[in-house]
Amino acid sequence: MFRYISLAFKNTLRNRRRSFLTVSSIAVSLCLLGVLIAIYHALFMNQQSPGQALRLVVRNRVSLAQPLPIAYEDKVRRVPGVQEVSVWNWFGGTYKDQSQKNFFARFGVEPKAFLKIRTQLEMPEEQRQAFIHDRTACVVSEDIAKKLGFRVGERITLVGDIYPVTLELKIAGIFKDPDAIQSLFFNYDYLRDLLPVGRRNYIGTIAVLADSPDSVPRIAKAIDDMFEDSSPQTKAESEQQFALSFVSFLGNIKVFLLSICAAVTFTILLVSGNTMAMSVRERIKEVGVLKTLGFTNEGILKIIIGEALCIALLGGIIGLILAALITTGATKAGAGAMVGVANLSLTPFTIILSLAVALLIGFISSFVPAWNAARTNILDSLRYSG
Amino acid sequence: MAIPLSYNLRNLVVRKTTTVMTAAGIALTVAVLLAVLGLVSGLQSAFAATGDPLRVLVMRKGGNAELTSLVTQQQFQIIKNFPGIAKGQDGQPLASLEVVTIVNMPSADRPDGTNITLRGLLPTGIQMRKLRLVSGRWFRPGQREIVVGKHLPEIYAAAHVGKQLKFGKGEWTIVGVMDGGSTATDSEIYADGNQVSSDFNRPDTWSSALLQATDEVTADALKKSLENDRRLNVTVMSERAYYDLQTISSRPIKFLGFFICIIMAIGSCFASMNTMYAAVARRATEIGTLRILGFTRGSILLSFFLESLMLSLIGGILACLIVLPMNGVTSRMGNFITFSEVSFNVHIGLDIMAIGLLFALLMGAIGGLLPARQAAKKEILTALREV
Repeated sequence: MFRYISLAFKNTLRNRRRSFLTVSSIAVSLCLLGVLIAIYHALFMNQQSPGQALRLVVRNRVSLAQPLPIAYEDKVRRVPGVQEVSVWNWFGGTYKDQSQKNFFARFGVEPKAFLKIRTQLEMPEEQRQAFIHDRTACVVSEDIAKKLGFRVGERITLVGDIYPVTLELKIAGIFKDPDAIQSLFFNYDYLRDLLPVGRRNYIGTIAVLADSPDSVPRIAKAIDDMFEDSSPQTKAESEQQFALSFVSFLGNIKVFLLSICAAVTFTILLVSGNTMAMSVRERIKEVGVLKTLGFTNEGILKIIIGEALCIALLGGIIGLILAALITTGATKAGAGAMVGVANLSLTPFTIILSLAVALLIGFISSFVPAWNAARTNILDSLRYSG
Repeated sequence: MAIPLSYNLRNLVVRKTTTVMTAAGIALTVAVLLAVLGLVSGLQSAFAATGDPLRVLVMRKGGNAELTSLVTQQQFQIIKNFPGIAKGQDGQPLASLEVVTIVNMPSADRPDGTNITLRGLLPTGIQMRKLRLVSGRWFRPGQREIVVGKHLPEIYAAAHVGKQLKFGKGEWTIVGVMDGGSTATDSEIYADGNQVSSDFNRPDTWSSALLQATDEVTADALKKSLENDRRLNVTVMSERAYYDLQTISSRPIKFLGFFICIIMAIGSCFASMNTMYAAVARRATEIGTLRILGFTRGSILLSFFLESLMLSLIGGILACLIVLPMNGVTSRMGNFITFSEVSFNVHIGLDIMAIGLLFALLMGAIGGLLPARQAAKKEILTALREV
């Protein structure tokens, strides 16, 4: 096949406008395919980080909006394999106003346990101590600190909605944690003291740190079994499963993405198949000449398929460069949060898959026209006027 | 003089493989657009139909969701005697204190379950919403009995009359299925307010109050006077405004969908340009002949341009046929305001199909203009000499 590669490449330059249009069309579609695969990959095939693999979330089985009795925390702590447990209480509330810009997650936690559970959290030691010792302290993730201009020592006010209280918090630290972005954590005890007595005994969820990734499923089952006959029952699951349940909330994204990917792939197939058929039809006479010169059927097949592969591969590479620009741009603009993805990037998997699709399309689209051209009898093809 | 359209039509038929392939490419692009528009419009109409402009919703100050709102019995006693609230047949004000929470229901495709809104209310609330029963009967006060919206039995095996659901402090029996007329109510569960509030430990603090105003002017006045009342400290919005707020949940799909459509459209424009250039190249002799016959450059330009439009129109019509079976299909989408799922019917109406056809024509226009110009610019003699 490599014998003919220069010939195949030269052929693509013959009708430059057509090649340009086909390459552009394939590039645009493959760019889209690349972005979609990247989204799919980020949502459903994301590798757990080492910290995530160790963590579980326990919630009320009925729904996330229903609380758990605070007594459950100590019972969970006694399950074999559990290293650390912390209250993990969604606060909601409003910072400044209801705008999207000022929205980030706010959780009430137990600082000491929290810092132990977030194994990958990076924060200076003195900020850790300040968070543990100051009751009104809070810590914020680096990304929102940057976005909203938070500084250590600054005071911020959160007005509650689920909880009828106003929190006056002091930022004790700014942390970096790959699995905790766009969030603020404060001391749950501070919130608890402000609550009416009747609500003090209920918490949202419980975060659990397991001793090893292997024991996570066993611990989850042990916790659920323990509360099987109590009211309320619990649902314990790995942090990753918990996060995925939010994605499924957006509707059936999986089917949506896959069907669009299929539509895009099929469209490229149509486009490039069409172009190849057109360009082969134009040079049936030439094929006759090549055969007269002694080229075999096989050789002709290879030249034509090679040409299609050249075009598809070129389109694929340009498309992936565009896709890389889009994904990095989207990550910077924070648009990923719209679909529940923090970080969009083209992984080697995405790149290989997209290029494979491009090559496959090049092959399939050219095979039928090439086969027909190769089989045409010399006399017929020389006589053909197209 | 214009070249007859039948000339273009016949040309499309002669090159049927190319025509079908190009049209199919355009069709898929338009189909994606139509599907996204259909989803969004279905969701919007579900919410719009739920909001009655005469009804106002009272929530805790600053509240924007019934789920996180709190309205006490004591506040309600004050609220329901405000002037401007319509009276029912029994002379009582049409005001309904409701307790809203969510319960989890497993379905075949999601064994972990999805959240469904549970609304506890008194008979006035049902009367105000003019709900109809599809089957069974309404719940009785003081019983753990529930009535489910008509979408739920379609999705959840557990949501049929006679079955039991476990939440709160015990087993609840499904006694009826209600029809809210394609509104968000169709995806909710209704039960006796007192029973729900006692099961979820909130006898005094319910969630929200729904009021029926006598007319639209009074609805506005009622809203203002409630918000200005210092004793109450509440936020009031029309029910319509409340549900409009929730259509925000369709934003990610809309955003992603339009992004995909635009990129696919660019690809399809290139493809149709390619096809039209090929058509022009193959028909060089024909173009020369047409010119000799006396057709002007203008009519040749128009002819090829129209041919491209016809090609894309075929694609557009094909797209409508592809997505038409989706019309009326029940789909579901989560909602971060009510924290539960709402079911709605995908709506692919004539307006949406018209948008799809226009979109197809636009692609045809962009793809056809340059090739048509090239055809028109050809010199007669060179055109005739081209093979």
